[in-house]
Amino acid sequence: MALIKKGAEANLYLENFSKVLHTAGEGKVIVKHRIKKSYRVPELDEQLRSSRTALEAKLFADAKLAGVPTPIVYEVDRVSMRIVMEFIEGKQVKLVLDKLRPAARRKLCKIIGRQVARLHLAGIVHGDLTTSNMILTRDGKVYFVDFGLGEYNPSLEAKGVDLHLLKRALQSIHFKVTDEAYRAVIAGYMREFGEGAREVIKRVEEIEKRGRYIPKEERAWH
Amino acid sequence: MLCLGIEGTAHTFGIGIVGSNGRVLANVSRTYVPEEGGIHPRDAAQFHAANARATLDGALKKAKIGLYDVGLIAFSLGPGLGPCLRTAATAARAIAAWLHVPIIGVNHCIAHVEIGRLTERARDPVTLYVSGGNTQVIAFDAGRYRVFGETLDIPVGNCLDVFAREVGIQHPGGPTVERLAREGKRYINLPYVVKGMDLSFSGLMTEAVRRHRAGADLRDICHSLQETAFAALVEVTERAVAHTENREIMLTGGVAANSRLREMLKLMANERGAKFYVPPMELCADNGAMIAWTGLLMHKHGVKHSLAQTQVRQRFRTDEVDVVWR
Repeated sequence: MALIKKGAEANLYLENFSKVLHTAGEGKVIVKHRIKKSYRVPELDEQLRSSRTALEAKLFADAKLAGVPTPIVYEVDRVSMRIVMEFIEGKQVKLVLDKLRPAARRKLCKIIGRQVARLHLAGIVHGDLTTSNMILTRDGKVYFVDFGLGEYNPSLEAKGVDLHLLKRALQSIHFKVTDEAYRAVIAGYMREFGEGAREVIKRVEEIEKRGRYIPKEERAWH
Repeated sequence: MLCLGIEGTAHTFGIGIVGSNGRVLANVSRTYVPEEGGIHPRDAAQFHAANARATLDGALKKAKIGLYDVGLIAFSLGPGLGPCLRTAATAARAIAAWLHVPIIGVNHCIAHVEIGRLTERARDPVTLYVSGGNTQVIAFDAGRYRVFGETLDIPVGNCLDVFAREVGIQHPGGPTVERLAREGKRYINLPYVVKGMDLSFSGLMTEAVRRHRAGADLRDICHSLQETAFAALVEVTERAVAHTENREIMLTGGVAANSRLREMLKLMANERGAKFYVPPMELCADNGAMIAWTGLLMHKHGVKHSLAQTQVRQRFRTDEVDVVWR
């Protein structure tokens, strides 16, 4: 299997469908394998990998139900700690966002904002909203492909943190277009979320002011 | 030039004397131990005031120098307990004024990292700093020490201390918990809380105490408490290492004394092909030498503090300091 990404908790492999699942199948699949950590006691290691594998698969499915494109999950294996899922062909949003024309960029960001709102309305927070976890397909869909840090959390605070993380990602990776991109994300978010969206946006601002990275004079506390 | 560093953020009052070549000439400290319960800030501060002179004399004697050989005074500006910080700062101001030498306020957390970089010759480590007062994963990026992950509630050292106290283990609790943990056999499920890059230990502590009251074997609980808390620390550290693509990992702070935590981090470092460093224990715990050394680095790179800038800061954050010396 071809290793395509080695993360902190999981390895991602690209493999043929026919090889992993069924000989009659065609195309490619992604195998996400949560690897054993020798520093943890086996009981805890097993429990964390197993529950996270199951949770992520469930989040993929529920996100899809909420109207957010996610890869189809073909198989969840809590013994080998693997998820086999659809390989989404397209481009990482991280690599295209800066290059798009402004109108196309705004459109893309609005879609992202709308999808984050759909997750939030479904009580899901993504936990790791960065443009490297989003794939733009040829037909203009944006797939969220990693729910490894996601959870079911309906609280206002969790939603605020989620959007805050996305803003942070835009600031660090897409610093040339941050403001424009974030404004479009928020526009898409507010339209989709409807009533209560302002409260979430207000919470994002509040979270920023608790600030890890902001100058002292702009902080809510000293 | 010789720098005299004064540490007084919590229960340790320390004085270190370090040369600009990085040689530690003296590193003397006295530690306040409460008769019962946790650290009372006012009592700790009174302890510091009462022990300041003796600690200073001890450090000078150890370094075989006189007070007039000192060319720079550094002290812990924060973060820490207000009364303790103010006592150390007052001592620093008094000595600096008496000697007519510059005074520099140092960020305590950054000092932990800098002394480790000095003694371990680490270039750019991801640092796990764990103590009774702080729990942070720190890495240098774009001119500042960034906090990649930290506790959202109590520090891990505090989690262990309070647990120990609640189940009747004598002070200091950490070493006893560690010893009992080695005899523990059964892993009991306890709350494992990692939120993104951040950690939480208050629920873990409460549940561990509750399990003890419910009659579980203390050795098993100690084992499970350590395994759960430390696994979370190692996981967040690993995430920071993966994110920064660093090849060096450093452990510091009082909890660095725990050999199980060291072992776990070393395993993780090996799996990632990274080097693993732990400074000598007297430099992992709160100490004056780290303050002195960081003060020297700042001074050498032109940092000057007016008397007004020496006002202590209880919530002084790691990522507020412009690290001009790197």
